[in-house]
Amino acid sequence: MKNKIVSPNEKQISRRITKNKLARGVFFTGTLFGMVVLAALLIRIFTQGIGYLDFEFLTNFASRRPEDAGIKAAIMGTVWIMSITIPVSLILGVGTSIYLEEYAPKNKLTRFIELNLANLAGVPSVVFGLLGLTVFVRLLEMGRSILAGGLTMSLLILPVIVVASKEAIRSIPQEQYEAAYAMGATKWQIIRTVVLPAATPGILTGAILSLSRGVGETASLLMIGAMTFIAYTPTGFLDGFTVLPIQIFSWASRPQAEFQAVAAAGSIVLLIILIVMNSLAILIRNKYSKRY
Amino acid sequence: MKNTIRDRIKANKSKQSSQNYMEIIMPKVFLLMASISILVTAGIIYTLMRETVMFFSEVSFTEFITGTEWYPFFGNDPSYGIWPLLSGTFTIALIAMLVAIPIGLAAAIYLSEYASDEKRKVLKPVLEVLAGVPTVVYGLFALTFVTPLLQTFMNDLPIFNALSPGIVVGIMIIPQITSLSQEAMNAVPQSIRDGAYALGATRLEVALKIVIPGSFSGIVSSLVLGLSRAIGETMIVSTAAGSTPNLGFTPTESIQTMTSYIVQVSMGDATFGSTIYYSIYAVGMTLFVFTLTMNILANHVSRRYREVY
Repeated sequence: MKNKIVSPNEKQISRRITKNKLARGVFFTGTLFGMVVLAALLIRIFTQGIGYLDFEFLTNFASRRPEDAGIKAAIMGTVWIMSITIPVSLILGVGTSIYLEEYAPKNKLTRFIELNLANLAGVPSVVFGLLGLTVFVRLLEMGRSILAGGLTMSLLILPVIVVASKEAIRSIPQEQYEAAYAMGATKWQIIRTVVLPAATPGILTGAILSLSRGVGETASLLMIGAMTFIAYTPTGFLDGFTVLPIQIFSWASRPQAEFQAVAAAGSIVLLIILIVMNSLAILIRNKYSKRY
Repeated sequence: MKNTIRDRIKANKSKQSSQNYMEIIMPKVFLLMASISILVTAGIIYTLMRETVMFFSEVSFTEFITGTEWYPFFGNDPSYGIWPLLSGTFTIALIAMLVAIPIGLAAAIYLSEYASDEKRKVLKPVLEVLAGVPTVVYGLFALTFVTPLLQTFMNDLPIFNALSPGIVVGIMIIPQITSLSQEAMNAVPQSIRDGAYALGATRLEVALKIVIPGSFSGIVSSLVLGLSRAIGETMIVSTAAGSTPNLGFTPTESIQTMTSYIVQVSMGDATFGSTIYYSIYAVGMTLFVFTLTMNILANHVSRRYREVY
């Protein structure tokens, strides 16, 4: 019997190590690619649009001349749309997640609702646009109005808010429930006095993040509101509207380079709004997040 | 002062009965809210179905699913064959996946297997920012940056083409693929990795032979979800791909996808009740069926073929 000790094959080992180092470089490059694109995008949009970005840009209506064009109607439109979307999507979203987390029995209906929500989250926003166009604009005769747009948007972001709220509710430790039950609290009392206060920061964070998706959402609102020329601020929920992304799209799809620069200026404003919303969400998360 | 014990008991009882009332009514209210989501799905299916049926009373179903020409705006002799729109959609999706799969997975492997905690804490949020950029801004970026950039390499590339929005759609879905795949990779237990390291494996070998096989179902499901988003993506394509239905894989030409057709028609105030108006529902139905199938598939793959540790 041979009892030879296999000497380590140094060549093979060094080859494996080189391979590993190479792969590390490749994977790192892949990760960097995203950052490079993000930087390119920000720099490009910024340099392109900065020339048109001044105070008048915020206070003017859309115009046929690029130097007079502004986003007042679009900003007001976004505010009006959000004034419907925020309460509707929050109430429905939080209600749904309370039902699913606190009340729902483990039966087929519950499983169906959960599966259904997961699938709704994957439905393209144009399809929500078709729904809004048929049900709100035509069937319920709201017309191409803020009301129709806001309701469509609420349905669009509902699945996202539900997911975020469910997570916030689920992170409340069982001991808190048990303590409340031990004091003789009823289910609704626990939800009101234990669950909701504890879950509020998480729900708010999730809600702001999903609303910021709504602020940038274009396709479905474009189908509801159309790309009409709006040179007034809305005065009621049944008025026509335009929102920032729609305005950007309508400028971007014009052939003149000047209007594309105006679109870039609009994009800067949109990106700033989104950054503010996201920072707010992070701030709330960091300030109120409790570790149990 | 009516503060006798009897009064107090009375007050307490009425308070309790209102509490009991809430106990009974609140679950029903919440159930009602939860049911709205089902109602929304039912609403989507109902509206798509109803208008699609109207469409097929005017255009034959065989023409729609076998026709190779999509000319709805030819006044006298419109043709409604879905194939050019399908091929446009899949051209975009294919280009996007060619960009997103290698880069998204490379980033996922790096973040899960190579990066230190500090690096991950910096890199992941940046990727999340990339996911938060509105699609209309991506569209503008594709039209005014990526297309001119590509034109410096390819002289005869038209302004509206499939390549540039395809690449940008790919960039848009990278964060989703990366974060979902990385989550799947994280679920592989550290003890198995440690076992391999103890036997002298390099990080690459651990990644390729242990982590990827162990999280394969999650990776596949993230790719399917990414594909489904690429198919449903609307604004990038509407801004930068033009609106010429084109059959075949033609990345250097203007194309039209299902989504951009729907947007084009619904923006142009198609007369309510015209064939063109109904056609967007038929196209929307097709789109819905495709994306729903993919989402269900992704869900199924990640649940059915998951390695359980």
